[in-house]
Amino acid sequence: MEKHGMMIITSIIMGLLARIYMIRIDHRQYPSYPQGLVSHLTLGIIAASLGSVALPALMAKEYSAVTFLALAAQQFRDVRNMERQSLDNIEPTELVPRGMAYIEDIAKAFEARNYMVIITSLITSITIYSLNLLRFSTPIQITSGIVMGIISAIVLKKLLRRQVIMEIAEVIPGNIVFDGPLLTVNGVVIMNIGLKVSRKIYVEKGVAVEIIPKDADASATLSNMGQRQAIQHNASAQLGIRKDVDEPDFTPLARRNAENGNIVMAIIPMEPDVNLLIEAVKRTPVLETSKRKPLESKVGYKASLK
Amino acid sequence: MDVGIKESIVAIVTTDRNIVSTSTVPVFYVNTEEQKERLALMVAKVTMGMVHDLQNGAYVVVRH
Repeated sequence: MEKHGMMIITSIIMGLLARIYMIRIDHRQYPSYPQGLVSHLTLGIIAASLGSVALPALMAKEYSAVTFLALAAQQFRDVRNMERQSLDNIEPTELVPRGMAYIEDIAKAFEARNYMVIITSLITSITIYSLNLLRFSTPIQITSGIVMGIISAIVLKKLLRRQVIMEIAEVIPGNIVFDGPLLTVNGVVIMNIGLKVSRKIYVEKGVAVEIIPKDADASATLSNMGQRQAIQHNASAQLGIRKDVDEPDFTPLARRNAENGNIVMAIIPMEPDVNLLIEAVKRTPVLETSKRKPLESKVGYKASLK
Repeated sequence: MDVGIKESIVAIVTTDRNIVSTSTVPVFYVNTEEQKERLALMVAKVTMGMVHDLQNGAYVVVRH
């Protein structure tokens, strides 16, 4: 045990650092710190320990120890369920809901981050162990372990990085016009607003955007209802929304132009600045669950050439 | 769980008696456009519904 002590401790620390590196506290307020933060850091430590003891256990011919990794995978699946349930439970309390797809995406990200911690710890311990076999001195072993850990954390974070709307589409300002009671943005009908007072507020304070997909893949992705709900949620969460529960007139809706696949959205934010709205829409993540790639199929590619 | 009537017309507000014929949805008759606007707003607030204009003189309140 003693000869592995240093290796295990270094790997646990590297794993934990990787978890901290992946925790993002930003406008989303998710995880809601400090309580969510503590539970995720604790799970991070557990994941790091599992990753770091895997190799020493194998070396000590304790093969049964590896079955604990299976247990760990089960445990982290539960993390996903836990996150999903908690977000599902608060969903009815949101003025503009996140939508099931966004929730699923967040839950998956939490699960994946724990696996990332295990991999980081494992790589750190493998590095230290192999340098130990090659009879390098202890400081060199630890330093290279740390360097490899950092590299793997950075690479894994890059791999897990989500695309944002900006990368798959152009976002331009939209023009709100009423055709009788019909609210239209750049010629696309969004909804029927009966009350004249509501129409007046839309004309005075509303801002709108049009999202133009760059290719057929982007168009299919943006057509997904979950992706559109995520855009609506992000825009209203960041700009603030001028709406209460008894005012369904002001719910932001993203509608699709069936002719060309463009998405239009009108919203009444607390701060009616179209540039800020464009910025918020551009930075909305592309959901993993909504992503479609029709161009990768033979038929889809041929259809795009027409 | 949120249980309630969704995606259906919960009330009709109109100035013209000839354009509605229903025995299931409450109909509110009013005399002027202003009254129609006002009453539709009142009903919408109570039912948490949204007012839609059918452009034939009738407003419908729909819960979404």
